[in-house]
Amino acid sequence: MLDLIKQLINGLQAGSIFALVALGYTMVYGIVKLINFAHGDIIMVGAYFSLMAIPMLSSVGLPLWLCAIVAAALCAILGVVTERVAYKPLRNSPRISALITAIGVSLLLQNAFMLLFSATPKPYPSIFGKDSITLGDGFTVSYITILTIVVTVVLMVLLQMFIKRTRVGKSMRAVSEDAGAAQLMGINVNNTISITFAIGSALAAVAAVLYSAAYPLIDPYMGSFLGIKAFVAAVLGGIGSIPGAMIGGFTIGIVESLTKAYISSQISDAVVFLLLILVLLIKPTGIMGKNIGEKV
Amino acid sequence: MDKRNLSSYLINTAAAVVIYLLISALISGGIITRQYQGVLVFACVNCILAVSLNLTTGFLGELALGHAGFMSIGAYTGALITKAGVVEGVPGLLLGMLAGGLVAVVFAMLIGIPVLRLKGDYLAIVTLGFGEIIRVLIEAVPFTGGAKGLTGIPRLTDFTMAYWVMVVVIVVLFAFIRSRHGRAAIAISQDDIASEASGINNTYYKILVFGIAAFFAGVAGCLYGNYMGILGASSFNFAKSIDILVIVVLGGMGSFTGSIVAAFGLTILPEVLRGFAEYRMLIYSVALIMMMLFRPSGLMGGYEFSLSRVIRKFIPGKRKEEAK
Repeated sequence: MLDLIKQLINGLQAGSIFALVALGYTMVYGIVKLINFAHGDIIMVGAYFSLMAIPMLSSVGLPLWLCAIVAAALCAILGVVTERVAYKPLRNSPRISALITAIGVSLLLQNAFMLLFSATPKPYPSIFGKDSITLGDGFTVSYITILTIVVTVVLMVLLQMFIKRTRVGKSMRAVSEDAGAAQLMGINVNNTISITFAIGSALAAVAAVLYSAAYPLIDPYMGSFLGIKAFVAAVLGGIGSIPGAMIGGFTIGIVESLTKAYISSQISDAVVFLLLILVLLIKPTGIMGKNIGEKV
Repeated sequence: MDKRNLSSYLINTAAAVVIYLLISALISGGIITRQYQGVLVFACVNCILAVSLNLTTGFLGELALGHAGFMSIGAYTGALITKAGVVEGVPGLLLGMLAGGLVAVVFAMLIGIPVLRLKGDYLAIVTLGFGEIIRVLIEAVPFTGGAKGLTGIPRLTDFTMAYWVMVVVIVVLFAFIRSRHGRAAIAISQDDIASEASGINNTYYKILVFGIAAFFAGVAGCLYGNYMGILGASSFNFAKSIDILVIVVLGGMGSFTGSIVAAFGLTILPEVLRGFAEYRMLIYSVALIMMMLFRPSGLMGGYEFSLSRVIRKFIPGKRKEEAK
């Protein structure tokens, strides 16, 4: 029983990171209908940015967790730049062109960082300490696990409020519903899309710091598979839906952790993808997805 | 088959034979070394993979990211059959290719039938996941040699085999895309709602095309396995699928000529430019982005090279006859 709870908490921790990354996928897909394959690599870039920020912060004497904010800001800029340079010119071309460009950006980031930092994994300092809290006899939860889950839930609630309550959030919803009509209503579509990319990339950077703090080795390819799983989480939860991303992320995290613990760690990836295929069979729009009528 | 079709088939067969004889002469003359013979075999394998993926991605317009998965199914099936040695030698290899292709089709049906009913980019993500599942399964089941790899596969593939299989695959796919089934697939990629309204069974044709592409990926995998003599599941990863996609996109989605040129170019160039190996992927990715931004249709666009058309240009008399 104790073991099961431990595995569930592990699953929630991994799931939180998937959920944070899945938000970027789901928001971008909701607004420009693009699977942003480069989003996974933004995680990797965020991890390297934060790693570079740590010595600077410690030399100035600022707390180390600020590296998450530095990384988030830099990744937001990177997200907006890639959108402007690589995706915006293709907004009216066939969707497959933009998808392939996204794969190109992903490969570019991976290989550029491999040439810059070499393919050898770099150790990541433990910026949040290694303390843990003891609950009952022999049952401990590390501080970073709690922090990851709490940060994710708080960011998720803030984001949901931002999208539902603010003017910018409203324009984001409008553009995702009908970009043409939104433009006629005086919404700046280009800026709205840029803001979406900025928020998504910033969240990915936060996820990168939390992930690297928990699994302290970073390399240029760390983002690709993490990104794919996060995308699976976004599809599973219902692409375009923010609560869906959270549910999808937690589901994937828990399923993966339970498979690793009780069946075999080798097949956990296969189980995750099998789950995706099953959900798509039963409910193609995902768990929280809405059924939208077809327009001719 | 009318006279013009027949003549163009004859001309193209003759051209294929001439190219084959030319390369064989270079090989026997020692100008193409053993190492480069291997590169040519890989180029043929990549060419089969690219033209088959072009069917799904270029003509049908569905992004598939698990082509290496189907290749690995074909490679392992073919390798196990030729290794068992029920049928010796080249007939065994042909049997292996057939079986490898068919097993790949079975798996393609397993994922194609549920996923291709959906619209949107689901095929991309599911095929991607599927490629990973296959890799994990191959490492998990007992008879494939697991993570250590499968060894002792008879090395039956040589340049002659790879070349002629490639020629047959190109001819079959070319004939397919010019048939009514091929036109149906192109119609779906142009506008799926309009094609459905015109009485085309979208799901049926999507699954048909996806299955054919998987079959030839399996065939290519079998050729590859029987050339290498050793197989490891990790070589059929996501990166391999992307490599094939890059060939298709750079060559031109919807152009077999483009796929063929790009397959040979992108296989042979890295061998020639070994000094720049570490920059290869960087150049790849920049080329991919630039190509999409400035020439989204790829090198060849939708253009198909036709030898008979070139010949007709030089013999004006025939053209006048047609005009009448």
